[in-house]
Amino acid sequence: MDVLFIIFAVLTVVPALLMVVSRNPVNGAMFMIISFVGMAALFVLLEAFLLAILQVLVYAGAIMVLFLFIIMLLDMDEVEKIKPGTVTSIASGISLALIIVGVAVLLGSDGLAGQSVAHLAAAPDFPSADNPMGLALSAKAYGFGLFTKYMLPFQLTGVLLLVSMIGVIIISKKRETSQGQEQS
Amino acid sequence: MTLSLNSFLFVSGLLFAIGFFGVLLRRNVLVIFMSLEMMLNAAILALIAFSRFNGTMDGNLFVFFIITVAAAEIAVGLAIIVALFRKRQSVMVEQLSSLKN
Repeated sequence: MDVLFIIFAVLTVVPALLMVVSRNPVNGAMFMIISFVGMAALFVLLEAFLLAILQVLVYAGAIMVLFLFIIMLLDMDEVEKIKPGTVTSIASGISLALIIVGVAVLLGSDGLAGQSVAHLAAAPDFPSADNPMGLALSAKAYGFGLFTKYMLPFQLTGVLLLVSMIGVIIISKKRETSQGQEQS
Repeated sequence: MTLSLNSFLFVSGLLFAIGFFGVLLRRNVLVIFMSLEMMLNAAILALIAFSRFNGTMDGNLFVFFIITVAAAEIAVGLAIIVALFRKRQSVMVEQLSSLKN
């Protein structure tokens, strides 16, 4: 299992790095798809099978196809000059230092994995006999959670999808000027 | 399960850093948007890892909402980028600074 984890982690991180440094956005989008598939494999290692399927369907499928469609539709021919300004360079340096310190702290301690079970059992969401929200792998468990504890966020998500759909239609439709001629 | 929580958090932090530097250093709006997605995915990976090692369902359910919100955000954002490109014929951020002054 450790070997699989290393393979999938490399499959996730290396294409992500290539996506950030690649000059051509189409190549970047392709690397992004590989990275998302690798992350779906990591989800399988974490036993979140339904979310792994969703990751492939929604992210690697729908979202990245939309990205590729827009990239090819816009058809830019400008060459990007990577010349960050001084403020950007300073901010990048500071954040890089912070990330290095954070990773060092994480690897130096035994982290959250070392916490005792007794400490975790004091948390309010820890599964017990009267808490049905314990970790389960079936889609039924996801549905149960969505329709009981997270009912209000679930409904709000539906409203959000409607709002974003209307917003996209309004943004992308051609506007009529006062003379009645179409303006793009 | 021989894997520790730390290894997943390490991968998640690495992905977040990659996305963060993509947002900071790139000039193409589309690449910046893809880097944002990378940061969201790093957060998703951390949530699932925490949920798995804590033994609760809540993190996994939050990932549902994050994926939905990300899909809506991508649709609106790409529509805005297309509208900007129609007006300015450019997707580089230094051309899109008319709100600055």
